[in-house]
Amino acid sequence: MIEIRGLCKKFGDIPVLQGIDIDIMEGDIYGLVGVSGAGKSTLLRCINGLIPYEEGSLQVDGVEISGLKGRQLREFRSSVGMIFQQFSLLERMTVLENVCLPMKCLKYDKKLMMEKAMKNLELVGMADKHKALPRELSGGQKQRVAVARAMASEPKILLCDEATSALDPNITQSILELLKEINRKSNITMVVVTHQMEVVKNICSKMSILSHGKLKISGGVEDIFLNHPEALSELLGESTEFPREKGKAYIEILKSSDAGKNTECILSALAIQTGIHFDIVWGGLAKYCDEVAGNLVISIDDAQSEQVQKFLSEKQAGWRLLEQKGGERV
Amino acid sequence: MTIDRLINSIILPGLGSTLIMHIVSCITCFVIGLIFALILATTNPHGLNPNRLVYGIVSTIINVLRSIPFLILLIAIIPVTRAVCGTIIGTKAAIFGITVAASPMVARLLESSFKEVNPVLIEAAKSFGANDLQIIYHIIIKESIPSAVTNLTMAVVNILGFTAMAGVVGAGGLGAVALTYGYQNFDDLVMYSTVVVLIILVQIIQWAGNIIYAKVK
Repeated sequence: MIEIRGLCKKFGDIPVLQGIDIDIMEGDIYGLVGVSGAGKSTLLRCINGLIPYEEGSLQVDGVEISGLKGRQLREFRSSVGMIFQQFSLLERMTVLENVCLPMKCLKYDKKLMMEKAMKNLELVGMADKHKALPRELSGGQKQRVAVARAMASEPKILLCDEATSALDPNITQSILELLKEINRKSNITMVVVTHQMEVVKNICSKMSILSHGKLKISGGVEDIFLNHPEALSELLGESTEFPREKGKAYIEILKSSDAGKNTECILSALAIQTGIHFDIVWGGLAKYCDEVAGNLVISIDDAQSEQVQKFLSEKQAGWRLLEQKGGERV
Repeated sequence: MTIDRLINSIILPGLGSTLIMHIVSCITCFVIGLIFALILATTNPHGLNPNRLVYGIVSTIINVLRSIPFLILLIAIIPVTRAVCGTIIGTKAAIFGITVAASPMVARLLESSFKEVNPVLIEAAKSFGANDLQIIYHIIIKESIPSAVTNLTMAVVNILGFTAMAGVVGAGGLGAVALTYGYQNFDDLVMYSTVVVLIILVQIIQWAGNIIYAKVK
């Protein structure tokens, strides 16, 4: 669906994107993550041709975006919806007029335009507010209207630029649920730019992390969070390390959709069946889309390490031994 | 002088000429100012179609015309006024002079209103496939209406001042009345009557501007 190869973009002499390679499949909800200035919003705007790029290739359904000009580019943009952090609603237009505007620009028949606008407002739960002005709405309601407007021309791709960054956690959750529902109903491809890790965990199945205009890592969200925590340290602003004592072994037990078959009662089984005492020293669980996954690190005496490893392997649990000295992960 | 003669023979005819000059000048200034403002807003370095050459030329013309004091400009463009209007006195010639002097001011005021439009709105319009004309009409012009109303109210008051000053070079109207009766014949009654009428006109313009702003905001 979206194929990006060796994409480079400069603002003046300053490189903003350097050799980006990403593949986004149809129906994916794909996260572009990075700290401020990482280049994620620029990359998003390259996808719908709002920002031109100098080198590399960016193809949507096999069409090279840099080759589109004038009318062709405008027609392409109408097939890619976009929502913004600051909602971008026209303050002097009613909710209905805002949703109608893209269709008006595309010269839709007036009756069809009204029908589609009301249908979209019903989809986002804002039909009863169609006569309201944006200033009469809350942040969450404004973003719902923005989603309805972005969906007006029935796009095949929806770009979300920090769409929930200006919203409180409860409203963020409701907007994410709305986006997931739209994805489920229409199989629309979504590219979500955010620096909020909870948003990525909640909605995205795959993600790329950008840092200083370069691609740091790409892959499944759960895989990156569980197996590549070092890639997230810049974003989380906290260390993924924990204090370690000499003479202790540290084993990380993974609970994920593909980490092992028997993870449900593994800790209690370990305690009961081996009689080994252990401490839980680090870890946590989180919801990734509809799966709960995470890790727990247990500390045991060095002498009992082999016995625990054998037990976990026999139980087909997902696990790995962490390095005992120096604080570096294996 | 009786009040009746003051009002019917002096003030009202002058007021009529002033209103004609003022209304027609406002219309011509708004049309020409709007065109120049749109050129400035779209060709500036952050505009829809940045064009350094066009922006530089239009901006320089506006700056030159705005640098010349109104009365000096009226006199300086007398040959042009004669060529265009066939005369250098009367309402028609004054309207031409006022248009040349006030259009650049209107252009700058409207340009500043257009610049206040949030660039994110323009980006959003581009993102759903709007073309340049649609962006200019639906986003730049429509979203800047409240600010433009405030700025244009100021312009209307300034243009009223220009019509009075144009009386010095034979335009007629309240400016000519004040000059002829008040300055040359030391008739304080006529002089201060014109001042009161001008104050009332400015009050009405500002009041109307405030009402329109409240409605379009």
